[in-house]
Amino acid sequence: MKTVHVRVINEVGLHARTAAVFAAEAARFASTIRVRSLTRDGGWVDAKSILTVLTLGVEQGHEIEITAEGPDEAEAASALETLIGTDFAGRL
Amino acid sequence: MVERVLTGVPAAPGLAEGPAVLRREEAVRVPRRADAAPDVERRRLAAARAAARAEIEELRKRVAVTAGGAEAAIFAAHLMFLDDDALLSMTGASVAQGTNAEAAWVDAVEHFAGQLEHLADPTFRARAADVRDVGRRVLAHLSGRPAAALELPTPAVVVAQDLAPSEVASLDRARVLALCLAHGGPTSHAAILARAWGVPAVAGLGEAVMDLNDGDRLLVDGGRGEVIVSPDDTQRRAFHERAGRAARREQAELAASGEAAVMRDGRRVKIEANVGSVEEAVEAVRAGAEGIGLLRTEFLFLNRREAPGEDEQTTAYLAVLEVMGPRPVVLRTLDAGGDKPLQYLPVRAEANPFLGYRGIRVLLDHPDLLKAQLRAMLRAGPGRDLRIMFPMVATLDELRRARALVDEVRGGLPGAGPAGGRIRVGMTVEVPAAVVLADRFARAVDFFSIGTNDLTQYTMAADRGNEMVARLHDGCHPAVLRQVHGVIEAGHAAGIWIGVCGELAGDQDAVPVLVGLGIDELSMTPASIPKVKAIVRRRTYAEAQRLAAEAIDLDSAEAVRALVHVRSGGTSEDG
Repeated sequence: MKTVHVRVINEVGLHARTAAVFAAEAARFASTIRVRSLTRDGGWVDAKSILTVLTLGVEQGHEIEITAEGPDEAEAASALETLIGTDFAGRL
Repeated sequence: MVERVLTGVPAAPGLAEGPAVLRREEAVRVPRRADAAPDVERRRLAAARAAARAEIEELRKRVAVTAGGAEAAIFAAHLMFLDDDALLSMTGASVAQGTNAEAAWVDAVEHFAGQLEHLADPTFRARAADVRDVGRRVLAHLSGRPAAALELPTPAVVVAQDLAPSEVASLDRARVLALCLAHGGPTSHAAILARAWGVPAVAGLGEAVMDLNDGDRLLVDGGRGEVIVSPDDTQRRAFHERAGRAARREQAELAASGEAAVMRDGRRVKIEANVGSVEEAVEAVRAGAEGIGLLRTEFLFLNRREAPGEDEQTTAYLAVLEVMGPRPVVLRTLDAGGDKPLQYLPVRAEANPFLGYRGIRVLLDHPDLLKAQLRAMLRAGPGRDLRIMFPMVATLDELRRARALVDEVRGGLPGAGPAGGRIRVGMTVEVPAAVVLADRFARAVDFFSIGTNDLTQYTMAADRGNEMVARLHDGCHPAVLRQVHGVIEAGHAAGIWIGVCGELAGDQDAVPVLVGLGIDELSMTPASIPKVKAIVRRRTYAEAQRLAAEAIDLDSAEAVRALVHVRSGGTSEDG
């Protein structure tokens, strides 16, 4: 299992377009990927679902935790960390 | 009987009169069974989702044509909800236990919509309506009664609790005179679509609006957020006079937008456009722009994996210059960084991107990227009035290094550059350090363009994206206006011209003050040009100077705006 912490710098947080890009990126991997907000108390949700990612209510400046488990867990965690860390570099 | 005047929230400006048509939501009864055959239910759900998908695709295409791609993106999100993993697995689990498709689907939709509804941020809450919109559409197919669009046999004012995006999109735009909604606000999809269509809309009118009857006569004032019910003749006459005046003024302004903006005593102010694409340049010329005061070159660089090559850039710049003909064009070099990251220019996550690595700070560290852009600009230049501008300059050293690169690139390109052989190089003035040292900078550039958005943000220490401090972020504040004044004085003393390229340039209250402070050029979004030209023409320079002198001695942005209103003879722009 691979776990990463990352701070969301996007000005709208994980909302609409950003949540869609995030979920689509997660869906590229075979591993089970879950995400939770460290800023709000709350449980883990499926990172591949735009709906559950939205329900986290992640705003700018929030810290999130991503965990991946499966055959490509290292790549998955690192790809999602980069995506958030570079503010979706050119993907929005 | 309902009240005669209903007050809500302005959602889309404009005036309209017409008969009400009420859209009443029918209570939907969801059948519920616990002994359904999972295989059958799964097939029914798949068929209903497929039918819903086809409808949403259709709406998306329709909205893309009538309102543009940004509004159509709403339906791209709907398609994702329709196929969402979590939604489908929750529905599937319930179906597997014998629940019928309708109940399983509605329960799952409500589960997620309910969670979204409880979030504090209104933009997240608005997604709850989207999820339910998709939910209703699928449910309608499951029950064999596909959602019928609201039929408007004749032009009417649509009155509803709220309208889901797909409901607005299904309306026959040609027959919608206005929208009146009990709930929602200016950021709801209905409001966004109404503005894109140019249809007046008032939201947040409260439940009282649902007591209206079909056919009630309504006067809708979208700009004031007001609805007059069953108006008498006096009210109607006054309303139509206002509507007529507004329409006539707009037409007159548009008709005169091709002329220069000359003040009553002959002083001329150049009115130019901020553009970010060839299409916008075409729009700018149509609106009467005398040039481009700011060409944002980011459009070439964003959303791609590698930087655009020099040839590609030259072609793109030439396309804009071609549209503008002999008019001057200011090309701003790439303004990327922490706030606008690029894949091929990785920037580490910054705690404070607006105070971070951006603009010229990035470019000077990537001289190859900057030199390629400068070469592309110079190659597009021969025979044109092309000027180069550097963003986010804070120190004289940055400016000197950037100018040295222009000279270096020029040396390697004999014959390139604009007609007359001189390349004018300027800078945006947006960092307070540049304002303080404006006299020094003025001797090192050919022009200044004041970027009032960032200058206001840095001066007031107020992030413009943060609604908690949005009140402080007003470029009409004397603290900002005095800086504009100082920059103009320093620039004129050195013999250079000064423009404004921030939103303040198109702000109706700010325009007479900026003109009175002695600004030479105002550059704005093309749609503002006809109105701003009309405002400039209304005064003499001496009058504007007196107004500006009073304005910079006031205490607040509100006081400055109030002063401009009073000095305009109380003629309100909407009346």
